[in-house]
Amino acid sequence: MAIETAQLHHLAHLARLDLPVAEEQRLAQDLNALLGLVAQLQDAAVDALTPMAHPHDVAASLRPDRVDEIDRSSELERIAPLMQGGLFLVPKVIE
Amino acid sequence: MSALTLASLRAAGQNSPEPVERALAAAQAVAPLNALISLDAEGARRCTAATDAPLSGVPFVHKDLFCTRGLRTTCGSKMLADFVPPYDATIVERLAKAGAVTIGKANMDEFAMGSSNENSAFGPVCNPWDTTRVPGGSSGGSAALVAANVVAFATGSDTGGSVRQPAAFCGITGFKPTYGRVSRYGMVAYASSLDQAGVLARSAADCAEVLQVMAGHDPRDATSVERPVDDYRAALELGVRGLRIGVARPLFGAGVRDAMQATVHAALRELEAAGAVLVDVDLPSLPLSIPAYYVIAPAEASSNLSRYDGVRYGHRAENAKGLRDLYGRSRAEGFGTEVKRRILTGTYVLSSGYYDAYYRRAQQVRRLIADDFARAFAGVDLIAGPTTPDVAFRLGEKTADPLAMYAADINTVAVNLAGLPAISLPAGFIDGLPAGLQLIGRAFDEARLFAAGHALQSRSDWHLQLAPGAVR
Repeated sequence: MAIETAQLHHLAHLARLDLPVAEEQRLAQDLNALLGLVAQLQDAAVDALTPMAHPHDVAASLRPDRVDEIDRSSELERIAPLMQGGLFLVPKVIE
Repeated sequence: MSALTLASLRAAGQNSPEPVERALAAAQAVAPLNALISLDAEGARRCTAATDAPLSGVPFVHKDLFCTRGLRTTCGSKMLADFVPPYDATIVERLAKAGAVTIGKANMDEFAMGSSNENSAFGPVCNPWDTTRVPGGSSGGSAALVAANVVAFATGSDTGGSVRQPAAFCGITGFKPTYGRVSRYGMVAYASSLDQAGVLARSAADCAEVLQVMAGHDPRDATSVERPVDDYRAALELGVRGLRIGVARPLFGAGVRDAMQATVHAALRELEAAGAVLVDVDLPSLPLSIPAYYVIAPAEASSNLSRYDGVRYGHRAENAKGLRDLYGRSRAEGFGTEVKRRILTGTYVLSSGYYDAYYRRAQQVRRLIADDFARAFAGVDLIAGPTTPDVAFRLGEKTADPLAMYAADINTVAVNLAGLPAISLPAGFIDGLPAGLQLIGRAFDEARLFAAGHALQSRSDWHLQLAPGAVR
């Protein structure tokens, strides 16, 4: 199924990724070409197989439930684009 | 000067400032390769290590996706161009503790997405064997710096071949450990169920020494496996007598250049002469590894890269008109084309109505591929084939056709889907350019890969050949 411009806009919205109009056609072409490539997955005889999400069929190891993180807020503040009073600043959400 | 190895550095006198000064000067000398994003001369000169540390005073570079406290970590992206991590990745800590000295951060494809190092926001890297050609990717800077004789080893990461393919293109040795063998803590995530840190060096012996330091359980990475690390140095002497090596026909399949097939078969005959037994094996689902990978990796990438929103760190668009505008423009400005392509692909295959047809289906094919390997390993100890279908291609040759670039990953991505360890070994030359032999092992059987690699390198000198662009 080919991706049209409207669907590309929907994907870009879901991905929170603004697309310049000049890039749209090329990106749609590339995505459609890739979908053509991955279409071969449909012919594989895999209906009976359990999907494999991870290389090892073992449970992730757990660590003790205790606080061991140190307070790095001042370091994190240095790399934040905009911060004030220990809070990350974003444009106003509620008028 | 001959090829830099850990042994040659030790022979020159451990802990003298000379190796570090030499590496810094060599890095400057090969600056036109564009293999480094950041050079940290000051930090390197400040390092002092105990003389009995295993890698004491050995200069090296980290791929620029390992977080280094106080030293910027860009991931080859405008998004993180000014990101200075407040912490070290686990392998950064481990290598520092072992005495190794970071001289800088190596160039790479943006967020490790690419096979040519042409997707870096900091410009492409040139191959020291022929500067009109790519070094491979995504660990292209790491491979070029080892091949150029600037450092004896470099770290890399391998999600679909990103250590092995550049190692093959640059005529050096590249090692991708079993998924879970090395901590991913502090390694910027691309596709979390496939990513694994690796090492690039001249020889299998040097890869073994470095991996010995990097490997082991880390409580900070829930996917790191609690299992003792074998003695890789001891494994080097095991040899290959009686070792059964499966020659996988599909790895020599359509698209693999005739000269590559002949070159790799010749290298395998060296292993046979050393006592290995070559047998044919099949991996019938190998052709499905490319479509499965290019669904699973973008799906995981779209999720992992959602964290870059212009709020907590990384690039932030100016004068945003609301939160949605801030997200959309920060990400549009910060990410390059290939990253956008993969985010959109991943968003599509995970979106409502398509999940079962693409993502779930790809995970079932992933199981099929892993089962292929399991069947093959029932009769052999290692599986062999060319690392890449051809030698390094020209800069710009495949940039207009992403699918042609993806197709060239055919011999490497299945290993990541199955989570297995593999090594790429220099195996000869085609028209003056290096070719790589890939050996694949059972999960956690790194030792046998080192044994076979060392056996081959004890009988050949392909790994010691210096590129025309190398520092002598």
